Amino acid sequence: MITLIDYKAGNLTSVRKAFTFLGEESVITDDPAQVRDAEALVLPGVGHFCTTERLATSGVRDAVSEAIERGTPFLGICVGMQWQFAGSTESPETKGMRLFEGTCERFQTKLKVPHVGWNQIRRSPGGAQSRLLDGVPNDSFVYFTHSYRAPVVDGVSAVTTYDETFAAAVERDNIFGVQFHPEKSGDTGLRILKNFCNYAAARRMR
Amino acid sequence: MSTGITKRIIACLDVTNGRVVKGVQFVDLIDAGDPAELAHLHATSGADEIVLLDITATSDARPILIDVVRRTARQLFVPFTVGGGVRSLDDANALFDAGADKISINSAAIKTPEIITEIAERFGSQAVIVAIDAKRKHGAEVSAAGTIPSEVYLAGGRIATGHDAVDWAREAELRGAGEILLTSMDCDGTRNGFDCPLTAAVARAVNIPVIASGGAGSGDHFVDVFKAGCADAALAASIFHFGIHNVRQLKLQLQSESIPVRLPC
Repeated sequence: MITLIDYKAGNLTSVRKAFTFLGEESVITDDPAQVRDAEALVLPGVGHFCTTERLATSGVRDAVSEAIERGTPFLGICVGMQWQFAGSTESPETKGMRLFEGTCERFQTKLKVPHVGWNQIRRSPGGAQSRLLDGVPNDSFVYFTHSYRAPVVDGVSAVTTYDETFAAAVERDNIFGVQFHPEKSGDTGLRILKNFCNYAAARRMR
Repeated sequence: MSTGITKRIIACLDVTNGRVVKGVQFVDLIDAGDPAELAHLHATSGADEIVLLDITATSDARPILIDVVRRTARQLFVPFTVGGGVRSLDDANALFDAGADKISINSAAIKTPEIITEIAERFGSQAVIVAIDAKRKHGAEVSAAGTIPSEVYLAGGRIATGHDAVDWAREAELRGAGEILLTSMDCDGTRNGFDCPLTAAVARAVNIPVIASGGAGSGDHFVDVFKAGCADAALAASIFHFGIHNVRQLKLQLQSESIPVRLPC
């Protein structure tokens, strides 16, 4: 059972139907108690970084912290991944989880921003053993749509280049994040979500 | 310079009464099939995105067909845009809830431009496409400044607005649009090629992606609109529906012309 965290800003429907397609049950909640007790957590996110403020005020942020501490698998998507970093210049007063170091910043490029469309991911040195990207070849195409990007730091498992090279995926212990939208990335994206489900299932069996 | 990003091929489903239809220059509609089936078919044959437009929602003054959207979205795992008859934040909300990833607004954006900002603030700019149906002013050619006098039309081409397409695209960006979907009404349905000069004029005027639409009839037309038209994405309907073109074949041609595309797909 996947628990999708609702903070009134994400397109939960798309993510949920991908899990449904994979045969995985899911619930949508904004209740800290349900988040705390989840078997696996997914934080889908789109939109402005400031919308994650709601997670702090509602008590969900603390619940996520507790769940992570206990080993609950946690996947952040798009802004959900950015929230796993220290913060974002999009909303400097909003604090991220600081599970990974560094701050998300707007693309510094003459190219069009947002970065919208299909681009390729490749493993960073730390990503060779990535469980989330298992079976996903280098240079696979995934769908992005974002104006801010996370830095390439410790824990980054894959990167993408759009004039600048930035974090496409992160992974450490039970924490996973992707800047792209696996629910919109065809078979590659479904494979990644399936890998997350498999990891969560294996953990349940232990 | 290699940017990493690929040029997108978007399959469009013009829907009325729950069926996909195709017309020439917005009239003489013929049946092209079931939206959910066609969306799935296009996605598996390599389309990078699917757009569903309810082309008579605005003229019939009725809400968009949510059930069709939900049914089409169910097993679609590429970006899915829905437009036609989106008038309010509530309309947009209902579409996102039904499985749309982006909404496309046209008439409502002209009548109440604040709606662009409202939806962008709530769902993010990436979720808001402003659709512009434009027609060149009679006999208009490219000016020295690279612009073309052109006028924006509403309600599926039924109402002239007096707005210039380039100016309106710029304003839409300022108000929070994440992409522009530019349809040339002069070219739509003709299969004689996209309006590359008009597309280029809009693409140069804004810093958000521009999707070119109207006139696709051959692979060469796509090559032209990505090169001369500076488009970030190109949309077509009829050539895909009737199997004249397989998206994968089209992408192979684009690749051979050094245009970056998602392959294999």
